[in-house]
Amino acid sequence: MEYIEDKDHLPDLRVRIGALELRNPVLTASGTFGYAREFANLVNLHRLGGVIVKGISLLPRHGNPPPRIIETACGMLNAIGLENVGVDRFITEKMPFLEGISSPIIVNILGDSIEEYRQLSEKLDVVPGISAIEVNISCPNVKKGGVAFGSDPQMAAAVTKAVKENTSLPVIVKLSPNVSDITEIARAVEQAGADSVSLINTLIGMAVNLRTKRPHLANVIGGLSGPAIKPIALRMVYQVAGAVSIPIIGIGGIESTEDALEFMLAGATAVQIGTANFVNPRASEEVVEGLHDYVIRENLYSVRDMIGALERS
Amino acid sequence: MSQYQENATIIRFEQLSNFNIRLTLQTEEIAAAARPGQFVMIRAGRSKDPLLRRPFSIHQTSSSGRIQILFKVTGRGTGLMAHCKEGETLSVFGPLGRGFHIDTGKAACLVGGGLGIAPMLFLAKRICRTKKSTMTDMIILGGKNRAEIEPLFNDFHYLDIGVMVSTDDGSMGLHGTATDVLKTLDLPSDCTVYTCGPEPMMKEVFRQCHKKKLECQVSIESFMACGMGACLGCNVEARDGGYVHVCSDGPVFNAEDLAWNI
Repeated sequence: MEYIEDKDHLPDLRVRIGALELRNPVLTASGTFGYAREFANLVNLHRLGGVIVKGISLLPRHGNPPPRIIETACGMLNAIGLENVGVDRFITEKMPFLEGISSPIIVNILGDSIEEYRQLSEKLDVVPGISAIEVNISCPNVKKGGVAFGSDPQMAAAVTKAVKENTSLPVIVKLSPNVSDITEIARAVEQAGADSVSLINTLIGMAVNLRTKRPHLANVIGGLSGPAIKPIALRMVYQVAGAVSIPIIGIGGIESTEDALEFMLAGATAVQIGTANFVNPRASEEVVEGLHDYVIRENLYSVRDMIGALERS
Repeated sequence: MSQYQENATIIRFEQLSNFNIRLTLQTEEIAAAARPGQFVMIRAGRSKDPLLRRPFSIHQTSSSGRIQILFKVTGRGTGLMAHCKEGETLSVFGPLGRGFHIDTGKAACLVGGGLGIAPMLFLAKRICRTKKSTMTDMIILGGKNRAEIEPLFNDFHYLDIGVMVSTDDGSMGLHGTATDVLKTLDLPSDCTVYTCGPEPMMKEVFRQCHKKKLECQVSIESFMACGMGACLGCNVEARDGGYVHVCSDGPVFNAEDLAWNI
């Protein structure tokens, strides 16, 4: 499919994730943007490339006991434990608002078993207003499932296949960085039919409180995010870009236009803004504006010119 | 409910005591929209470290578009803020959360301990402005010593509301805690008690209210990343066994709705 030139909408920021066309490459990362309504009076939601909502499970989850978050150098650790309202309440309570947003809505799903992923995809497939599914096989903060699916190529492929078989929506698989070779997992989910991979989820970390001689988090370990993880995320995007041919969505410490463009150079077709939403709720829209200005200033044909355009000496 | 992100100029920086600093910030939109008990999130610097904003309850607002916050240095964020200069700007986000519910038909008793005094001034002023009579209303200010309480005392003293003071070392007011004072008061049966302070204090205030069947509103503190219900990092245990979030369900709660483990 070719991009039809659209002189009314210059500069051209459009990118494509499988069958999903985004008006720009800026998405909000799951778990950092609530169900979008929280940001409605701060961000023009219609200007974003897309909104990825907080991870949804088959049944509601209370999440982990407090404390759930702690700040670390240039980042933060979280162990929220996938607190969410469950898929049924998500559809009845959250979708009516989300459906009113003109940007694509991408629903992040998570389960303890392949059967749960299958049922979730089936339920969401028929809901109007959903543009794609992001499969979370990589959350470090739940005891069952999650990371086990994300660290084994065969399991990751099996989850991807189960989701693909039960939905006609584009399927993005969100990869864990807590593996020895991320390209192996990326290849496995590509072969299983994934339309795209998004990476990276948080890195498993820990913080210790010297005064109390206890871990800072009730869950002991948590996921590290923020600018601290950006170099690792860039490296992984770069490696995966060399290993698969499906579009890559870059995630990890992105808070500015420059960060987003660096990920695109490394091979990302789109990016997700995560932890930065907590610090500057307008970060995602500001990156859209920044990309707009950059494409004009650099006189690019399209922002797509940046994808994988890294030069090597 | 609207929230705003403003680049706020520091109008006044006051080192009130060894403990406390008071900042006056020019934040037109936030000052106009804020209600007692709400808070703001402030970015201590412009670098990536420390990364997250810090929550501060609103001490008071002015019709000239200003808010005040009260804080002490407890870590790197407040450490940086302690070196702010007048005329510099800070990124302020707010107003956030659900504040106090004021029932103008009922008597009010406010109990503030330490930095928990901060939201009490905004609340006391609103009570004095909205209630017909504050004859039976009362505020108890508890602190370590005179140096901590004295700089804050006058703001309350000028209000049309009875003020009582307690200090741990007896250097001002009653020698003891705010809850020792509360115990001695014969509060009307329809009185609402509003409190903010260290957790053991709020626990004791709630225990006394529960025994006397008085409504008790508590303002809770928590570490949080976003302040607006997105990160879900600021959960506390509710009485029904689930969780509530300090930033979006609070920071002010009906004390009966929380699990106090007493």
